[in-house]
Amino acid sequence: MHSIISRYAFIKREQAWRFEWSDIPGGMAIAKALRAWSLAAAGILVFLLLWQATANNINTSLGQFPGPVQVWTQIQNLTDEYGREQERRTDFYARQEVRNVQLLAQDPNADVRVRPYTGRPTFIDQIQTSLMTVAFGFFIAMLIAIPLGILCGLSESLYNAVNPIIQLFKPVSPLAWLPLVTMVVSALYVSESPMFEKSFITSAITVALCCLWPTVINTTVGVASVDKDLINVSRVICLPTHMHIRKIVLPSAIPLIFTGMRLSLATGWMVLIAAEMLAQNPGLGKFIWDEFQNGSSDSLGRIMVAVLVIGFIGLILDKLMLTLQRRVSWDKQTVLR
Amino acid sequence: MQSYLEISKVGIEFNTESGNFRALQNVNLKVEKGEFISLIGHSGCGKSTVLNILAGLYQATEGGVILDGKEVNAPSPDRAVVFQNHALLPWLTVYENVELGVKQVFKGLKSKTEMADWIHHNLDLVHITHAMHKRPHEISGGMKQRVGIARCLAMQPKVLLMDEPFGALDALTRAHLQDSVMEIHARLGTTVVMITHDVDEAVLLSDRIVMMSNGPAATIGEILPVTLPRPRDRLALAEDSDFVHARQQVLQFLYDKHKFPGAKAA
Repeated sequence: MHSIISRYAFIKREQAWRFEWSDIPGGMAIAKALRAWSLAAAGILVFLLLWQATANNINTSLGQFPGPVQVWTQIQNLTDEYGREQERRTDFYARQEVRNVQLLAQDPNADVRVRPYTGRPTFIDQIQTSLMTVAFGFFIAMLIAIPLGILCGLSESLYNAVNPIIQLFKPVSPLAWLPLVTMVVSALYVSESPMFEKSFITSAITVALCCLWPTVINTTVGVASVDKDLINVSRVICLPTHMHIRKIVLPSAIPLIFTGMRLSLATGWMVLIAAEMLAQNPGLGKFIWDEFQNGSSDSLGRIMVAVLVIGFIGLILDKLMLTLQRRVSWDKQTVLR
Repeated sequence: MQSYLEISKVGIEFNTESGNFRALQNVNLKVEKGEFISLIGHSGCGKSTVLNILAGLYQATEGGVILDGKEVNAPSPDRAVVFQNHALLPWLTVYENVELGVKQVFKGLKSKTEMADWIHHNLDLVHITHAMHKRPHEISGGMKQRVGIARCLAMQPKVLLMDEPFGALDALTRAHLQDSVMEIHARLGTTVVMITHDVDEAVLLSDRIVMMSNGPAATIGEILPVTLPRPRDRLALAEDSDFVHARQQVLQFLYDKHKFPGAKAA
């Protein structure tokens, strides 16, 4: 009898001591988040181990396939390179500055110039170029796609007229467009002091051509599937067309427009890398191609860094679109994935 | 002598994939100003089609509608519609939903403050002022329907068209809304055409009940005047012999003379 009581007391003490997530406010949510995070961490860890194990067994003419360790080294190398290049750049301008001051001191009327720095673009520079290009291309595409989609959604006749063309061009690979775009840009984009480089325009237009379609199609569907009752409300109130679009059509089509835009941006980002590689336009694609041609023992590692960065940027771009959608959308309750 | 609202010899044919479908034939009805009319009939008999023609959302194949001396051939705020499933814009608040119509109808006629007062007045009329900054998904079904009614009243329509306005509501909420509609009708003297398939509702609210035969080629079967004095009280009427008699007549029309078409097959 005594032993039972003492054992009970022991269990009691243990229970009182044990920590329960439900005891603290918001504890269940924290526990859930912790669980999700630890699962994600476990997934990544397994992936890294598998990757390293596989990489050790693949030998290419450029050396061993890069595993996580080599990639990490290359990440450090690439950021160091960027730092050194930045230093050289500031030094270059500082030297010019000093020289110019000296020149002016000797002769106040001296012809003083600041020459731009022409160092090799680093990895970080290439990322910036790629981001600028995809942003510009995407922007042009949206400028065309959203209005076109709205018109096609509103008018079935226009939709029937435009649809075959959309269906025809939708499956075309960006690389097929590229030579044509390059030639057209070189023929038409001639100016004394171009605001953008030709290669920038070429890449951006190629991106635009490929990321038009998902947005056009989704916007059309979104606009065409506005609730019939809401359209009748608009008809009874006699809303003028521009008000009808602003107050009724756009708010109800927003979710599908954003679905289209997200698909477009993802397509655009994929297309851009390919276009840069093939056309030798500056950017991440060119970085990969250059490293491949370079063929040093570090090349594969550096390419792998680029692959990871491309994936990461793609992810960030999609998250950005989601955030934007949350801010624009009237319905704050839907779960967006 | 012309009536306020006249439906004359209206028929309509729809082009469907399996050929033409005649929904209505030779529908004639005269409605006086301030009258409350109910259209009753089995589902699929073309009640909604009549309402849509009145609203101008459908065009009659033959015949026509004249309201206050003018032909009806397009939708207009003159003939505001209360839809069965409220049809509020989910991205606008209650206030903004009413405002949308008011801005359109009174553009250049009322100043900004006058419009705001007018919107408040109409929200007040349907007892929804307390929820005017809420979105439709935050309020109950009955309240949504009240907003739908306020949106229509605020456009000062010549005729208020209601398409089974309380069909989707539970019995208690429905009773509340029926009382509200009676109160508004007494206060404003609005001309109302309402579709319903609830016999009690039709008898309680209407001055005349228009009973429709079954489609295809549906038309008006009988018209029953309801002469019960107003204001009407649902409790007192429950055992009133005139009320019971009127109810009996509608039921007889619906279930004896014009059985639900599906009932034979079942």
